[in-house]
Amino acid sequence: MGNNQIDTARDSEAVRVEEGGAALNNGGLPESSDMYNITVRNCDLYYGDFQALKSVSIDIEEREVTALIGPSGCGKSTFIKTLNRMNDLVEGCRITGEILIGGRDIYAKSTDVTLLRKNAGMVFQKPNPFPMSIYDNIAFAPRTFGIKKKIELDVIVESSLKHAGLWLEVKDRLKKNAMGLSGGQQQRLCIARALAADPKILLMDEPTSALDPISTGRIEELINELKTEYTIVIVTHNMQQATRISDKTAFFLLGEIIEYGTTESIFSMPKDKRTENYITGRFG
Amino acid sequence: MSIRARYEKELQSVFDTLVLMCRHIEIAIEKCVKAMIDRDFELAGEVSEDHKLIDQMEREIEQSCLRILLMEHPVASDFHEVSAALKMITDLERIGDQAWDIAEIVTQFGDEDYIKKLEHIPQMAIIVIQMVKDGVHAYINRDLTLARSLDKTDDKVDDLFNTVMADLTALIRKNPDNAEQAIMLMMITKYLERIGDHAVNIGEWVEYAITGIRPEGNEVPARFSRRINES
Repeated sequence: MGNNQIDTARDSEAVRVEEGGAALNNGGLPESSDMYNITVRNCDLYYGDFQALKSVSIDIEEREVTALIGPSGCGKSTFIKTLNRMNDLVEGCRITGEILIGGRDIYAKSTDVTLLRKNAGMVFQKPNPFPMSIYDNIAFAPRTFGIKKKIELDVIVESSLKHAGLWLEVKDRLKKNAMGLSGGQQQRLCIARALAADPKILLMDEPTSALDPISTGRIEELINELKTEYTIVIVTHNMQQATRISDKTAFFLLGEIIEYGTTESIFSMPKDKRTENYITGRFG
Repeated sequence: MSIRARYEKELQSVFDTLVLMCRHIEIAIEKCVKAMIDRDFELAGEVSEDHKLIDQMEREIEQSCLRILLMEHPVASDFHEVSAALKMITDLERIGDQAWDIAEIVTQFGDEDYIKKLEHIPQMAIIVIQMVKDGVHAYINRDLTLARSLDKTDDKVDDLFNTVMADLTALIRKNPDNAEQAIMLMMITKYLERIGDHAVNIGEWVEYAITGIRPEGNEVPARFSRRINES
């Protein structure tokens, strides 16, 4: 693929891509682009006999970064996976209560789970690029959702990589295997891959825990930029990261949300002694 | 040693130095008053050493607190506690300066009799020493009631200040030759009154350390509002 081709096509194609993006958005979730707040009510989740989430209720605002903190095994990752039904894949997993995105029940029978996962993209702790070229990694979701024209795919690939702050580093080697990128680049590639599906929500499960401080800084900057367009939920064990990048913080303990509020209030004046003990390192 | 235990040990070291700093302030003010009563200029000169030690301890605590902020990233009550200590030592250091200012004035008194009996100034000194001690102890023992009581105690200091000012004004009116010593006594009184104000600030930082909220100070000090009301 020639880079010049992308450059010259960019402006004229941008509109078409936006239209294409809109076409990807229409199933399973709200049609209005400004309704991607998440409402969870009395959510209980069981893995067999073990109850991993206990009556979790939370309102996650759109276009904000919400950090989920808490000791290992407290239910943060389980919770984040309920938001795009990744737990459906776990055998013996049972969930009750309500999880609404933009007012729609994502566990309703009518929900198209594939479209739900497109709208609520996920980035994991360990970068997991597909063993294929950088270009094909990013083009994977748009192709899955029916975009076949190369010129359209080119624009999506460029725009997604630019959004993820990776374009300048990889624009000359788009056909190279993604596995050859550094850890930080691979993680930004995974973010770009999630963005290529034109999601509204980004779910990030410890996205920087395997990265060096420079790569971590880049991803944090990226999260800060992306929140103007996306609703972001991030699981983190790094308290300083939570204070740097999140607007709201929820503290989980033994499957329950102990406290939820603005990040400043949680880290300045937590109301619950257990939150205080955790964030100050007195336990956990 | 666990990271938490190390943090608590560092904080304990800040507490210990604060108590020591407070003790030297107490000694410095006591020396000033004793030197004034006994006309012991040598004793007043000793305050210079206390002043140096107080400054040195301020820097020591400041370095410890900055190190804790840099290395430990404290949050919630830990953050309030460390930042309150950092602010309190500024007030304590100023109190040390004022004790040294008083000592310098004391060395300038000659052999002539005091124009006014030394009763109110020693009373003020006793009260402000106790206020500083209460402020530091309230911090270490997380005693909110004691911290909040300092504002009320300061009213007594202000009342004594007003009494001394009225007495000295009358003495100047009676005999303008009294003016020179009256001004020196007035300055000492003013320094003691300022020490009371710094102790109130310390109480406010203690309240912040405990609650996370810094109380709003009185907009107009009582002695001024009284005068405003009278005029």
